[in-house]
Amino acid sequence: MLSVNRYKCGYCGACVGVCPSAALELVETWIEVNDDCTKCGRCTKICPMGALELVKEAET
Amino acid sequence: MKCDLVVVGAGPAGSMTAKVAAEAGLDVVMLEKRQEIGDPVRCAEGVSKAALKKMVEPDPVWISADVKGARIRGPDGTEIVMSEDRAGAEVGYVLERKVFDRVLAQRAAEAGAKVMVKTRALGLLHERGVPSGISAQFIGESLKIEAPLIIGADGVESKVGRWAGIETALKPKDIETCAQFLIQDDKIDDEYCEFYLGNDIAPGGYVWSFPKGHSLANVGIGVLGSKANSGTPIKLLREFVKKNFPEGKVLEMMVGGVPVSGPIETTTADGVILVGDAARQSDPITGGGIINGMRAGMMAGEVAADLVPKGEVDKESLQVYEKMWRETIGKSITRNFGVKEFFVDLTDDDLNNLIHSLDGVNVAELDLRGLLKVLVRQNPKLLLKLRHLIV
Repeated sequence: MLSVNRYKCGYCGACVGVCPSAALELVETWIEVNDDCTKCGRCTKICPMGALELVKEAET
Repeated sequence: MKCDLVVVGAGPAGSMTAKVAAEAGLDVVMLEKRQEIGDPVRCAEGVSKAALKKMVEPDPVWISADVKGARIRGPDGTEIVMSEDRAGAEVGYVLERKVFDRVLAQRAAEAGAKVMVKTRALGLLHERGVPSGISAQFIGESLKIEAPLIIGADGVESKVGRWAGIETALKPKDIETCAQFLIQDDKIDDEYCEFYLGNDIAPGGYVWSFPKGHSLANVGIGVLGSKANSGTPIKLLREFVKKNFPEGKVLEMMVGGVPVSGPIETTTADGVILVGDAARQSDPITGGGIINGMRAGMMAGEVAADLVPKGEVDKESLQVYEKMWRETIGKSITRNFGVKEFFVDLTDDDLNNLIHSLDGVNVAELDLRGLLKVLVRQNPKLLLKLRHLIV
């Protein structure tokens, strides 16, 4: 699953702009992820703060 | 609630749309999801003085610095200097966006637009298959606003277009991922904007330092998404600042994504118009989005004021807007996209050679386009692919 580190996130919305499945949303100061996320990882690479990470379900 | 026009997003593009449409007599509601308009800033704040003056009377309350020119530094440290009014869209004023954005929203309000903050658009309402308004959340309470036309001025994270079936998702090669510090350092030159190029410094992008007056500057970095990895911008910016501003004190930290996709296929759908970063209208070379967004907003406001009273808001009727922006700002966006696509793959040697080729040329007399022309003339072989774009 996609994990958002709220303590690193700068709530800029860059991840929302690149999400191919419109699964992310920037709400004031946090990012929401919905079920449409395909775990493609595009957002994790472009996050300027490195706040997004794909983690294996078992690890959560 | 019912109105003629809903504008989603109260940045410069949204506020200009709302202002123009309200002045022409439309009943306008502008929504802003944040509690405060203009904050947090996600911008280097540089604008062309001449272009801005055509749209709004300059006011010292939102101007941080009036810059004389720009310095561009290549990977090996060689520098070229360009003077005021000639360095293209990014030299002129450095704004205080927190104040600027709110003043533009204030102008829209004075023109009669209703402004609602802490109001987040959640989706489009539909009636007989066509958009008929916006469902929103105002301080956590649901709200429906009926309107025949919706303007998506909702920035890089735009959803309005996607709700209407417009594909606006950016590929990694079509976004600059950015980080910026507001730095205090006595060594900051209050009169010049500086640009640093190099594949180690900023892969597929550049580092900037834009003075904000009183020894303050926005020092930031843009990295092309396709050349970035998780957290690259903040990591490289910290390295750059450590090396170049060792005594600098960081007063603010900002991050953001800048569309550099060039014009997208469509910015309209039945009952929907996109403006500004939401329409991916930011400049692919400089990353500047304020001027293009404001201009597109004014066009959208004008088109809305003309078509809403006639009830002609289908996609076909809205082609007037599509044509207006593509024939004006769209031309330079298209050209600069081509130039960007070429420049992002240059090696540091290429970049050094380009800057050395300007030795003896009076670059102080050139603007960005003029500079590119001289570069093509001086480097016919390297820049062969750019010839058709520039000449």
